[in-house]
Amino acid sequence: MTIEFFAGRYPYILIAVLLAIGLYGMTMKRNLLKKVIGMTIFQTAIYLFFIQGAFKQGATIPVYTEEFGTDPTLYMNPLPQVIVLTAIVVGVAITGVALSLLLVTYRRFGSLDEEVIIQSMRESA
Amino acid sequence: MSQLPALIPTTLILAGLLSLLVGLRSLRAGHLIALTGTVVSFLVSVIGLLEVTSSGQPIRYALGGWIPPIGIEFVLDHLAAYMTTLVTGIGVLVLIYAPRSIRHESPGKAALTYPSMALLVAGLAGMSITGDLFNLYVFLEIAALAAYALLATGRRGGAFATLRYLLIGAVGGGFYLLGVGFIYFSVGSINMADVAARLPELLESRSVISGAVLMVLGLALKMGLFPLHFWMPDVYTNAPSSSAALIAPIMTKVSAYAIVRLMLDVFPPGFFTEALPIAATIGWMSAAGILFGSIIAIGQQDYRRMLAYSSVGQIAYVGLGIALANPIGLIGGLLHIVNHALMKGLLFLIGGAIQWRTGLVRIPDMVGLGKKMPWTMYAFVIAVLAMVGIPPTAGFFSKVYLMIGAVQADAWVWFAVIVLSSLLSAIYFFRMVEFVFRDVEGAEESADDSATGGVSAEELRGAVAGEVPPSMFIPIAILSAAVILVGVFNFLIVRALLEPAVAPLLGG
Repeated sequence: MTIEFFAGRYPYILIAVLLAIGLYGMTMKRNLLKKVIGMTIFQTAIYLFFIQGAFKQGATIPVYTEEFGTDPTLYMNPLPQVIVLTAIVVGVAITGVALSLLLVTYRRFGSLDEEVIIQSMRESA
Repeated sequence: MSQLPALIPTTLILAGLLSLLVGLRSLRAGHLIALTGTVVSFLVSVIGLLEVTSSGQPIRYALGGWIPPIGIEFVLDHLAAYMTTLVTGIGVLVLIYAPRSIRHESPGKAALTYPSMALLVAGLAGMSITGDLFNLYVFLEIAALAAYALLATGRRGGAFATLRYLLIGAVGGGFYLLGVGFIYFSVGSINMADVAARLPELLESRSVISGAVLMVLGLALKMGLFPLHFWMPDVYTNAPSSSAALIAPIMTKVSAYAIVRLMLDVFPPGFFTEALPIAATIGWMSAAGILFGSIIAIGQQDYRRMLAYSSVGQIAYVGLGIALANPIGLIGGLLHIVNHALMKGLLFLIGGAIQWRTGLVRIPDMVGLGKKMPWTMYAFVIAVLAMVGIPPTAGFFSKVYLMIGAVQADAWVWFAVIVLSSLLSAIYFFRMVEFVFRDVEGAEESADDSATGGVSAEELRGAVAGEVPPSMFIPIAILSAAVILVGVFNFLIVRALLEPAVAPLLGG
């Protein structure tokens, strides 16, 4: 039973593992850059979730062709793909802003270690 | 089909982009464009508000002519009109206020600040009117990205605090998006009305339940509900005052509004209260947040950090309204969105004014300010009375609705929390009032000497008799008037907007 359970769901389990790794990186790592890396892993897992949910074996792109006819099950659902595309754009923007904030933080504090920065902020306050 | 709903966010986005292009060449023109766009958007919101209340019907707009549920749709109903008017209104006031404050606090950043402000308001207004679950995510992130840009330009720790906020925001947005995925794959639609129509047969489905939990959890992170608030104090303390004055009043509220929207219009009545303990969970988190925020605020020395902790408590009132899930309680929660936005906006603007005039940010240093800038301090007293909840200011009535709601729901603990927190906020705000109006011998001279952190003499020349200049004082005056007027006329808002908005609860 256990083998069948995993065999049918392994993409989702993989996605769950990626989500967990991402969250672990964001919460447990002290280095801010590693936190940002965790964030991108977390976001990628979400994209994969949408792609996996929409995946259909043997289906083609959602543009009408003679060969496939009008049977909707033979075409991929375009909506989740579009959602993922949009989400990737949003994700890239967030990562870009995160990296620029990282840079400013490093210039101001000379470190990316969260504890060191918090210590430095306490001292100056 | 009216084009009205689409005009609200598109005007702002267009103004934001134009303001960026023009602002790099001429700062004044850039500011003017951002301000004009926000004013137009505010006027459109007001027209929409009047139209919706007079006809009683929501205005629907299908983007690109794609008929919903296939295309994205904007729905300007009572609640959405209420929110867009608030969001764009605060936007207008802060944009009027911003130039002088920015020139003083973060010089050189102005050209990028005005477009970010317009985009932030666009994102929040878009979140309010969208009728599509995924579109809500996109607007949520537009608002969030603009907010990161605005917040990071402040004091030394600003970028670091904002980075931590960004990480939390990314997790919140991610959870919400994951929830949308669960809903989409089990329901087959992301149009809110369509999902609502299809959901009743699928309520037992585990993926619908997971989707609902993930979406609410994501929004609760964005909303800063205790104990998910930890990003808030550092962010507000380190941000430039005008950015904090724009973000603190409306940003978290719109996420709270999105939870209300899910509860009222997407999931069937009772789903959040009976099928799942979502409402009760939000309620206990809110109750804890109200007490935590109020108690921690008492010990704060930094003016803006005190306001931030007070915000942690105040946003939780909205959470309590959601949790009570009866019409009166929810009306209280929704009314508190506007009330608190006005009060907190006012307090942050006053903080910025104090900083502009004297360079002071710590409360103990503010002794004797009542003599130095009396009008600003009168506005401060109005805001304080409203925060504590003294009639006839706005803060009183939302608390009354919440209390009646709590009594109806037999939630006596929450009732006690509301009363207790009023007393606690009285402690930390009256302490400051006492400082400000304390008569200290020689305080005035010493304050004048320490004004080196404030503005230079020639900049001050335009200011009104030792006060702040009109462009800063007028928004403060308007907000103080609004705090009182919204309080006095709250029944109009409740009858015209909020009662129709919470009607789905009665139907259930």
